[in-house]
Amino acid sequence: MRTKKIKRIRFGLLSPKEIREMSASRIITPDTYGEDGFPIERGLVNQHIGVIDPGLRCKTCGGRMDECPGHFGRIDLEAAVIHIGYAKLIYKILMATCRKCGKVILGEEDRKKFLEDIAEYRDRQEDISDIVKLVFKEAAKKDVCMYCNELQQRIKYDKPTTYIEIDEEKRERRLMPTDVRERLERIPDEDIALFGMDAKNARPEWMVITVLPVPPVTARPSITLETGQRSEDDLTHKLVDIIRINQRFMENRDAGAPQLIIEDLWELLQYHVNTYFDNDIRGVPAARHRSGRPLKTISHRLKGKEGRFRGSLSGKRVNFSARTVISPDPDIDIDEVGVPEAIAKELTITVKVNERNLTMLQELVKHGKNYPGVNYVRRSDGRKIKVTASNYETLAEELEIGWKVERHIRDGDIVLFNRQPSLHRLSIMAHYVRIMPGKTFRINPTVCPPYNADFDGDEMNMHVLQTEEARAEARMLMAVARNIISPRFGKPIIGSLHDYITGIFLLTRGEKKIEKEITLDILYKIDVDGLAAPAGTFDHTSTPYWTGKQIFSMILPAGLNLEFPGKTCARCITVGAKCEKENCPRDAYVMIKDGELLCGIIDEVALGSFKGVIIERIFRRYGEEVTKVFIKNAARLAINYIKQAGFSFGISDEDIPIEGKEEIRIEAIREAEKKVEALIRAYEGGELEPLPGRTVDETLELLIMQELGRARDDSGDIAEKYLGIENSGVLMAKSGARGSLLNLTQMAACVGQQSVRGERIKRGYQGRTLPHFKPGDRSADARGFIRASFKDGLSPSEYFFHAVGGREALVDTAVRTSQSGYFQRRLINALQDLEVKDDGTVRDTRGIIVQFKYGDDGIDPSKGEFGKVVDIDEVINEAINR
Amino acid sequence: MMQRKDTKDTILEHVLVPEHEIAEEAAVVELLKRYKIEKEQLPKIKSTDPVIKEIKAKVGDVVRIKRSSRTAGECLFYRLVIA
Ligand SMILES: [Mg+2]
Ligand SMILES: [Zn+2]
Ligand SMILES: [Zn+2]
Ligand SMILES: [Zn+2]
Repeated sequence: MRTKKIKRIRFGLLSPKEIREMSASRIITPDTYGEDGFPIERGLVNQHIGVIDPGLRCKTCGGRMDECPGHFGRIDLEAAVIHIGYAKLIYKILMATCRKCGKVILGEEDRKKFLEDIAEYRDRQEDISDIVKLVFKEAAKKDVCMYCNELQQRIKYDKPTTYIEIDEEKRERRLMPTDVRERLERIPDEDIALFGMDAKNARPEWMVITVLPVPPVTARPSITLETGQRSEDDLTHKLVDIIRINQRFMENRDAGAPQLIIEDLWELLQYHVNTYFDNDIRGVPAARHRSGRPLKTISHRLKGKEGRFRGSLSGKRVNFSARTVISPDPDIDIDEVGVPEAIAKELTITVKVNERNLTMLQELVKHGKNYPGVNYVRRSDGRKIKVTASNYETLAEELEIGWKVERHIRDGDIVLFNRQPSLHRLSIMAHYVRIMPGKTFRINPTVCPPYNADFDGDEMNMHVLQTEEARAEARMLMAVARNIISPRFGKPIIGSLHDYITGIFLLTRGEKKIEKEITLDILYKIDVDGLAAPAGTFDHTSTPYWTGKQIFSMILPAGLNLEFPGKTCARCITVGAKCEKENCPRDAYVMIKDGELLCGIIDEVALGSFKGVIIERIFRRYGEEVTKVFIKNAARLAINYIKQAGFSFGISDEDIPIEGKEEIRIEAIREAEKKVEALIRAYEGGELEPLPGRTVDETLELLIMQELGRARDDSGDIAEKYLGIENSGVLMAKSGARGSLLNLTQMAACVGQQSVRGERIKRGYQGRTLPHFKPGDRSADARGFIRASFKDGLSPSEYFFHAVGGREALVDTAVRTSQSGYFQRRLINALQDLEVKDDGTVRDTRGIIVQFKYGDDGIDPSKGEFGKVVDIDEVINEAINR
Repeated sequence: MMQRKDTKDTILEHVLVPEHEIAEEAAVVELLKRYKIEKEQLPKIKSTDPVIKEIKAKVGDVVRIKRSSRTAGECLFYRLVIA
């Protein structure tokens, strides 16, 4: 096939002449089918404009149902009407042109300049709309035509399609569409260019419709209901209305009916043509079906997400894809996807038969449609044969080189995997297929972060790649292992999460002594080069033991050197103290030498997604394969250990002993409330000193908020003290596995102040939040402070305040997602055609430079180290340590 | 209108305004050659832009902008002044 390049696309208006020429039938009757069940001649579904009934032939091209694409017809309107899509433009043009001579009311000089500007911008392929806007603005300003001295009159535009001229004495005269058309006809061709239009392709008077094109029947097919009754398309209904009114207009006019009646009918015709194009015009009642349902007319077919542009052109449904619920499987690789057999049997890859795969493919064909089999076979002559229970044996026999076979996907095939909303490029990555029982897609939970997936019912899509080029591209660019480092922030986006972090945290914390059998259990299914020498022997039994840190070291690549403070680091430096590094009393300083974890607890900072210091280092030093294996091993190690150690979190883990509760109640909350009362007393006594730049009221609120904030923090500290470091919740928060200390505080100690727009709750009744309080009460209780914990349970008024505060959070997220979705669309539309050229520049499709160097530094954030190609310090460190 | 030429109180001094200067003819020729482009393919800046007015660049001039970047240190950028 020869490829052709589109040089340009020309847009224009259909002229009445063109409409007549392309019309295969002048339609005059509003009826569709006759008594005999055949389409009526000259009717809306007549056989000249296409056929939708099997057996009939098109009277224009002779084609049968599926051969004839359909042909346009036309309705000759008895009265011209405004095209609703151009109503606004018509108004602008009327305002800018002389009512008598039709010229654009601009002096020769201006005219010339504008025309030159437009030509120049056109040349540069830039947007001319600003110039055109200026033309309309300047021309509309003039009161007198400089060419014929005609005094101009003001025109009022009455939405949607009425124009009224107002003379000097403020008398109003309606401009009927025919008047409008006459005026537009008078505009000379040379002036049309000033509107950014091309007189050859778009004369302005064509915006007033005299001949209405009727789309082919194939574009508005009727459907046959179960009752055998025909139900016409909404567009056909609308066209029926137009023809009826058109008919009535003609009859009334010919009979010499009074002007008033004629004008009413004219208006009605305009209404029907308007709603035919657009049925949700503001201020106009929508045309409705007999059932009361608004009719779906032309604009509905084009507009919006499901419309022709966004729904059928920019995006459409595709073949070779599947969608189902996802569920976790920590036993598959991070770059694999578990595919149900039922899906694998539907999705195929086309393979050309050659001497090397002939036997293998014959074997597949022999399976027929049973997995792993073949759905279709295509012979050398191009004929496609469906594999069935009756023909698979002969097909396998006949199979020869040059044929093509559509085989089921199988283990190791590469596919694209996607979760919406696809907000960044990591939302679509290439995975390797692994056929599994069940009905869900399975993924390793460590790849959840890039997709932002969880397993509460999320569904994902899979696309099977069909060409070798596509597969190569996916393997080289989109494979999960190649996208461990995010191009957005240059850190790993794939890494351990939740229980994996807890597990590794527990394993590497302290000097755990683990006997051989358990050590082997923990290392189950992990590929390590033999067991390291034991760290020592138990005193009483003199059997060997291994430490948790040692076991973790076994999955670290040899030669890895790394030092960093972990998540539990107290940041001693920030308070002026020295970091004790390997002697850190909390064991928060991680030190890895030659692949050996010497000290420090492994936590979220080391392995987590978005942080993953160790993962990042391994990726940069050892590459994607080693990293992939490491991430999987770390996850498996963690699960194996946490299964050994046992880990749970339940409601009783939020229990605090009675003395702890008393401490919270008295020392944190009562204390704060006393201070708040004191503040209020000072305020009421006029003794409160305002803070700089604030009123007394603001000061009071601020101080109270501070005090109550502290109350919650204090109760959190007390709760933490009583829960202890061994508490599951505390463990998860400290290791970064899940949840925060604030979450725990709210569950176990005190929920704290509820707020709306950053302030204490003050809305509701006049001067009070609820009728339970006295007007003007500013106490903690009356303004949304919740002293209870979730575990204790909230009082009715507390519960109410919590709902008030919660509502804001809910509304915020709803608004944010819709706004960011729209923003995303706009960014994509603006940036999608930019390209990094091989000279390092970023250019658009016109070759105009956007950046002289990609990102000003020319570095891919996922490859470089903070703007540099390499981290020199690290290279030196590495060399010294070797 | 009051002119405050004597002071350095111009927007050019502001921390957020990178250094702009009119590029010499030779530099422009070199630039266009280096990227194999026409002048029209350069990024644009309006002649009404406050900085352009300040440095008195005319339509058709190319301005050189020295921007400091967190990752790239200093970065040179060029813009064609348009009407
Ligand atoms: Mg979900
Ligand atoms: Zn036909
Ligand atoms: Zn005139
Ligand atoms: Zn430290």
